[in-house]
Amino acid sequence: MRRLINQRPGRGERLALGMLPFIVLLALYVFASQLRLAENPDDKLLPSLSSMAERVVDYAVTEDVRSGRRLLWSDTWASVKRLGSALAISSVAALVLALAIGVVPRIRALLSPLLATVSMIPPLAVLPILFIVLGLEEAAKIALIVIGVLPAMARSLALHVAELPEEQIVKAQTLGASTWQVALRVVLPQTLPRLIDALRISMGAAWLFLIAAEAIASTEGLGYRIFLVRRFLAMDVILPYVAWITLLAVMADVLLRRLRAAAFLWAEPPR
Amino acid sequence: MATVSVRNVWKTYGPQVVLENLRLEVADREFVTIVGASGCGKSTFLRLLMGTEQPTRGSILIDGKPIRPEPDPARGIVYQRCFLYPHLTALGNLVLGLELKRSRLLGRLFGAKRRAAMQEAERMLEEVGLATARDRYPSQLSGGMQQRLAIAQAVICQPKILLLDEPFSALDPGITADMHVLVKRLWQEHGMTIFMVSHDIRESFELGTRILTFDKVRNDPQAPEAYGASITYDIPLKRVRATRAPVAA
Repeated sequence: MRRLINQRPGRGERLALGMLPFIVLLALYVFASQLRLAENPDDKLLPSLSSMAERVVDYAVTEDVRSGRRLLWSDTWASVKRLGSALAISSVAALVLALAIGVVPRIRALLSPLLATVSMIPPLAVLPILFIVLGLEEAAKIALIVIGVLPAMARSLALHVAELPEEQIVKAQTLGASTWQVALRVVLPQTLPRLIDALRISMGAAWLFLIAAEAIASTEGLGYRIFLVRRFLAMDVILPYVAWITLLAVMADVLLRRLRAAAFLWAEPPR
Repeated sequence: MATVSVRNVWKTYGPQVVLENLRLEVADREFVTIVGASGCGKSTFLRLLMGTEQPTRGSILIDGKPIRPEPDPARGIVYQRCFLYPHLTALGNLVLGLELKRSRLLGRLFGAKRRAAMQEAERMLEEVGLATARDRYPSQLSGGMQQRLAIAQAVICQPKILLLDEPFSALDPGITADMHVLVKRLWQEHGMTIFMVSHDIRESFELGTRILTFDKVRNDPQAPEAYGASITYDIPLKRVRATRAPVAA
């Protein structure tokens, strides 16, 4: 018998092992739900899979009586739009900041203490300020997400730029590069794959701030819906929404990973 | 054309004296090799020549003019470990130098100019025997191939002075012999003045036209930092240089 550290599962076994916890959790849920429903058919805490499926149909296929929209899709679109614009703004800003801070020592001296301080501000504490200054519309929600993820992204990218070997920068200068060219041709391309990593890591925080903003002041969106139906203890809506948000996040992560592998072949670890 | 004058150069870090009173006149197209114990300031001297560090006292002149206090295209460098650009292919690493020089705004060439630069880079790749590795990334090349590429990258920009910081010490002995041939050929073809730091004395004698040893002349055991190294031997190696500019009759 080989030691455990030397026993490697094959492809099929890996897949089965990976699926196992999901199946166990699902089975546990179904079992617990049946127990409770047998005792009290009106129980709302652990709705049956079939009742959840009915609600999903209600939200995804049937048009809402008041707004005439299919709520699941209009909520998703509203949330994804906010998340997407916030992450796009954060990415561009983080990249520009990191390049400037990493390449130009004077800008580093000027901005990095500020960045270090700003990244310590709890974003939710400034949310009221954002609502007061920017109003209750989209701008405040997008701003919250940006404030929540930008400082950390910019710092991690700036750190990466600082880790580039000094020799690479010296050599670029011996090849005739100006400061601008060093940033553009040497530093920027090597920072892009890290930007994708930073985006993947920021995704969790971005969702957190999105849902927080939607819960407090919104008229549509995935977070808004969850907090709205909470008033009726509608677990049969909340649970599918949570599952849907999770699925969206997982898909975004996979997409980003694929994009990195396809676009930055040189940055992939050798196999 | 590149003569180098080192005039009474001192380099100190606080109380520690690293180099003291270096004086040196180097003729055009000389191949100067520098040997010495580790920590005796060979690499510091190279950094002074590069311009990444400045002398504490004294001055360094190239062709009679003070060197710029930062790296510039007149001086190329090859390090012991290869610092190639990992995001560019072998060809891309060579084209980069040409692009940086010819496109100040974007650092990129397009159309006919780009094709011309690529042809130039391909010729250079062939010259160093890497034509087949054209589209590979540095991480996919062996150590010897990477170092060939690093040398080609420095040479393609036509520097007047080439600095080599122990360029072969990380390579297998078998490969080193090939590299000697390569460096010698490039030196003769491109007419550069070369400074090479090495810890291999045989290599230094074989390649150089002039060999310098760095060592401390004075030593105070109570205060080892009090005295720095200077040039203890300066040996011209009498050898006819193949492409020495013919003396006007």
